[in-house]
Amino acid sequence: MMFDDLTRERTREIISRYPQSRSALLPLLHLVQSVEGHVSQDGIRYCAAALDLTTAEVSAVATFYTMYKRTPCGEHLVSVCTNTLCAALGGDEIYGRLSAKLGVGHEETAGEPGSTGSITLEHAECLAACDMAPVVQVNYEFYDNQTVSSAETLVDALARGEKPHPTRGAPLTDLRTASLELAGVFPGLETSVAGPSVSDETLRGARLASDRGWRAPSMPDAPPAFPPLPEKKP
Amino acid sequence: MSAPTGPDPLTPVLTRRWQSPRSWSLSTYEQLEGYQGLRHAFTAHPDQLVALVKESGLRGRGGAGFPTGMKWGFIPQGATGPGAKPKYLVVNADESEPGTCKDIPTMMADPHSLVEGCIITSYAIRANFCAIYIRGEALHPMRRVRHAVEEAYRAGYLGKDILGSGFDLDVVVHAGAGAYICGEETALLDSLEGRRGQPRLKPPFPATSGLYASPTVVNNVETIASVPAIVLGGSDWFRSMGTEKSPGPKIYSVSGHVEAPGQYEAPLGITLRQLLELAGGMKDGIPLKFWTPGGSSTPLLTAEHLDVPLDFEGATAAGSMLGTTAVQVFNETVSVPWAVMKWTEFYKHESCGKCTPCREGTYWLVGILQRMVQGEGTPTDVETLLDICDNVLGRSFCALGDGATSPITSAIQYFRQEFLDLCATQPAVASEVEPAGAMA
Repeated sequence: MMFDDLTRERTREIISRYPQSRSALLPLLHLVQSVEGHVSQDGIRYCAAALDLTTAEVSAVATFYTMYKRTPCGEHLVSVCTNTLCAALGGDEIYGRLSAKLGVGHEETAGEPGSTGSITLEHAECLAACDMAPVVQVNYEFYDNQTVSSAETLVDALARGEKPHPTRGAPLTDLRTASLELAGVFPGLETSVAGPSVSDETLRGARLASDRGWRAPSMPDAPPAFPPLPEKKP
Repeated sequence: MSAPTGPDPLTPVLTRRWQSPRSWSLSTYEQLEGYQGLRHAFTAHPDQLVALVKESGLRGRGGAGFPTGMKWGFIPQGATGPGAKPKYLVVNADESEPGTCKDIPTMMADPHSLVEGCIITSYAIRANFCAIYIRGEALHPMRRVRHAVEEAYRAGYLGKDILGSGFDLDVVVHAGAGAYICGEETALLDSLEGRRGQPRLKPPFPATSGLYASPTVVNNVETIASVPAIVLGGSDWFRSMGTEKSPGPKIYSVSGHVEAPGQYEAPLGITLRQLLELAGGMKDGIPLKFWTPGGSSTPLLTAEHLDVPLDFEGATAAGSMLGTTAVQVFNETVSVPWAVMKWTEFYKHESCGKCTPCREGTYWLVGILQRMVQGEGTPTDVETLLDICDNVLGRSFCALGDGATSPITSAIQYFRQEFLDLCATQPAVASEVEPAGAMA
């Protein structure tokens, strides 16, 4: 796998953000994944060379984190939360149905990896959207309040090469583009940032408070004086 | 807790801007008091800000509830010795505790409150570099925070000589890569240094030896986002909500079998009975069976605990913990051993492997629970589970191992019979079960 000049330039920019270069390793592994569609031995060697680390040091890190995939992935990564609460509300059935439908298990890919409509499936741990359970992510964008049939419809659309808009998040791209953003490189941020983000569930408490006229106690008109400077201890 | 003169049942402070159009943008934020706390903070000496946050009684919102001002006060200051090292602020936005879903909506809807909090906190502890460590699966929140940081740079709230104060700050938004353990503050620091996310031995604590072995404050998103309001409102205002030892408002994330799951910001000390009323009651009227007050690592509670005040003291007195106020509600249709098995599978998957009690303990706990749920358990398995938990709790390197035992021991405490019934109803096993059989 070749890492082109643009990738090398991005690599230098990422490293420059941190007081110590090794802090750039996680972003660089995301960057490598954005180029390769997974993290290969070439990617490991690239990161090691960029940060003056051994390949063993980089491999130790790459294999620790679940988001770095060691085999080629599909155009899309579909993650189904099967932690307790989502599972109780249907997450297990969703995962089971998608697995049967795609004919693949955890971290396996339906279709030729990288080709349009190819899908890597995984069951995920809690995705921190429990008030919208059961939740599915595609390339880490949220598809909330799923059912078996809505998840099937979603996956069917992905397989046809369509990109249904997430419930919350930016217009769907693909796993490689998401990986680039995870590396901290956001082409088109002014547009992607504007995707929907607040659901009914997110706003429920705030709306209820508005409806009933409930408010936090009023702040003073002007900020109160700060406490006096603490006396220096001898 | 609702005394006649007390605050309203819901007190939106952190969530007060969430309904506004483009609530995540700088222009909306500035129209709604945004960055006024920062301007006021710059009129104070940093030590006065530390004193203010101490007086406010703000306690960490990431689960442990450690007093925030005290944590800031541990950072050594001075021109010589340990105070001369660079200091760092690291924001823990690795929200992954099962049930917890408050920081992600906060970062999506109001990222500038986090950025403003970062600047005030960094000024208070005299840090010139701040990293916001966001779990990798939270891509859209990451866009929002990154965009807010870029807007803040352009507006002169970040960078060199912020608002003419002479104070410099750079903020980096850093993505994790899928590891629950990185929510543990020292594992997060190792991860941020480009290593496997495994916890460090404490002491030394991050306050003296944190990021790059330098003095570091690690605070949760909700903690930091609370800071601008405290600066604007003062400690007396903040303490007009909540209780003496657990002051302030808190986002309660209500999920599961309720009619209206969602985020409800209330004074600390609200009860589940009150939260259920706000959330429209139990879904379809099916009765409550068990719930967590603050994520899966906080021991389960039951319908007996509807009136427990959900503040740090109240949850502890009831035998649980406040945790992250991730209120997961389960009705009578859910099998307790199954739920516990699922949570234990999570802990086994997320155990970092560094220490033996957690790595091996979660492995065997999962095996036993899966066997029981499959109908091949024996009543002695219940004692075996408790025995293993006893060897994990307090003997693991970090709190992940402790947390793994919470659902199991609390479930057996309240629902032991359900575990036994699971074994007794299996004819293949029941025939060989002798009462009070000793473990081989």
